[in-house]
Amino acid sequence: MHASDLQRPDPLIRIEHLTKQFGDFTAVDNVSIGIEKGELFALLGGSGCGKTTLLRMLAGFETPSAGRIFIDGKDVTNSPPYERPVNMMFQSYALFPHMSVEKNVAYGLKHENMTDAQRRDRVREMLDLVQLTPLAGRKPHQISGGQRQRVALARALAKQPKVLLLDEPLAALDKKLREHTQFEIANIQYKTGITFVVVTHDQEEAMTLASRIAVMDKGIVRQIGSATDVYEYPNSRFVAGFIGSITMFEGVVTESNKTHTLVEAPQTGGIIRARADQRLSPNQKVTIAVRPEKIALSRERPENEANVLSGIVQDLGYFGKDSLYRVKLPSGLVLSVNSVNSRRAGENERIAQWEDQVWLSFDPSSVILLTE
Amino acid sequence: MNRRPVFLITCLCFGFAFFYIPILSIIVFSFNKSRLVSVWGGFSTQWYGKLFENDQIIEAAKLSLSIALVSATIATILGTMAGIALARFKRFRGRTLFSGLVTAPLIMPEIITGISSLMLFILMADWIGWPGERGFTTVTIAHITFSMTYVTTIIHARLSSTDISIEEAALDLGSRPWQVLTDITLPVIAPALLSGWLLAFTISIDDVVITNFTTGPGATTLPILIWSKVKLGVTPDINALATMIILIVGVLVVTAGIIMHRAEARRERDIQMAINANT
Repeated sequence: MHASDLQRPDPLIRIEHLTKQFGDFTAVDNVSIGIEKGELFALLGGSGCGKTTLLRMLAGFETPSAGRIFIDGKDVTNSPPYERPVNMMFQSYALFPHMSVEKNVAYGLKHENMTDAQRRDRVREMLDLVQLTPLAGRKPHQISGGQRQRVALARALAKQPKVLLLDEPLAALDKKLREHTQFEIANIQYKTGITFVVVTHDQEEAMTLASRIAVMDKGIVRQIGSATDVYEYPNSRFVAGFIGSITMFEGVVTESNKTHTLVEAPQTGGIIRARADQRLSPNQKVTIAVRPEKIALSRERPENEANVLSGIVQDLGYFGKDSLYRVKLPSGLVLSVNSVNSRRAGENERIAQWEDQVWLSFDPSSVILLTE
Repeated sequence: MNRRPVFLITCLCFGFAFFYIPILSIIVFSFNKSRLVSVWGGFSTQWYGKLFENDQIIEAAKLSLSIALVSATIATILGTMAGIALARFKRFRGRTLFSGLVTAPLIMPEIITGISSLMLFILMADWIGWPGERGFTTVTIAHITFSMTYVTTIIHARLSSTDISIEEAALDLGSRPWQVLTDITLPVIAPALLSGWLLAFTISIDDVVITNFTTGPGATTLPILIWSKVKLGVTPDINALATMIILIVGVLVVTAGIIMHRAEARRERDIQMAINANT
């Protein structure tokens, strides 16, 4: 089964059952996505998941083995790159080394039907947008990495494409610059209203930038949704494990009705209570997943909690604003618990120390039940 | 430890002596007054004067130069095309075979290339009546086939190390493939084109073996002329000619070196400036 959202009415980019094979290797496997006008859409996945191949098919650098691509209602599946209303910002930036910053930005405009004055205005406008006007006369090797990244962005935006494709736009920048640039890209997307499709392996980048994320694995789109969707409501073990950290263990459904679901989880030595889920029926095997920050940790046995477990602190990490506890249950299952240090406390005043017996509790709404 | 590596310096001196003493002796003896090559008879520049009065030598030099110019230019065009095909068309049928065929002349003994070129010209003259006689055209063609291989290798190496995404970026920005070639690829590999051309030129201008097989009566290049003159004994005017050639080559090499060194120094300064501006 593949995630699909072709139900959306009339998207700007419609990718239908797209497949790309390199010899025996299937890089992109029957992918269908609809991307709306004005969206900032992210393709997220590890290396070799097919995200870059998918982007290159959108740009026209790779020909699909099967499937179709429509942009603004027009079938562009077999159009060459120079006939698509799409521009790309390359991971290496791919600036023309023998041209000045200004010439780089102006390059795409020589094919546009416009007067010289209009062309000059557009170049100036683009350089202003990325704040590079003072460096217009420099060559690419005379400017810094961050500046090069902005030249690449300005060059790709100059033709006012319907879609801008960004291949790992922040990967080559250092951490501090990356955070700043992230907001700058989102800001420019908002100002220009152009549809952005970003390829990234960095989940934080995808979550802060994108309005929607497609999580890819082995050429397949596993889930499409907002940052909240993929984080709080993952549809598979892969997505749950790929985005953020999570503890997963096995169980069998014992009861499923309109108010709640009960799952027997031998590793916890009891029953886990979760929200009602129509898809589940008794005796069905499921994976139970709980995020570390959804679990409360206490010294005393908490009252009135649906799910309560007990274990011993095996590991403890202090990060300042929060601490990470790894709590081992009698069965050997280790749960990660993230606890915010909302009170100022010395080392001896912590909730728990190594080898301490602690109680863990979490709400039924925090329990994710996965069948895939 | 501050001891000088005497052994290394001795090696270096021997090396330099090995390279340059023969050349120096040619230069010194070109100013010899005596007709006898190995006997010093006092300083004179008479052989240089004689050189410029010798029509045979002037004609041969002109012929060599024009063959080298034409063959280097055509070899660069063809070699660049082959290099681009090898480096940029990743998957086509018979690519490995093509690559092998293109580079085979590099290791082929020159004498084989010479004989096979000669055979081809004779057969062609038989079948299609062209080339009627061997001379400028046949020598130029033979030089092209030979030196094109070197250009191909240089261009292929250069393109393989050039980021292909700049060409993709140009396509993406609306340029057709031939515009990408003229706007992006060729300007970026211009230094490789120049060194390819220079190499083809050098190979052509000092070639004896292949030229010997493919030339005909009335078309004598400079190396062939020198070769035939030396067979009758080295004369002082040959020394003068050799000295002139050394001078020209020396000036060219030093000029190219200075230009490249300056460009490199400027580039490094620019990069340093960019880094400073960034911090």
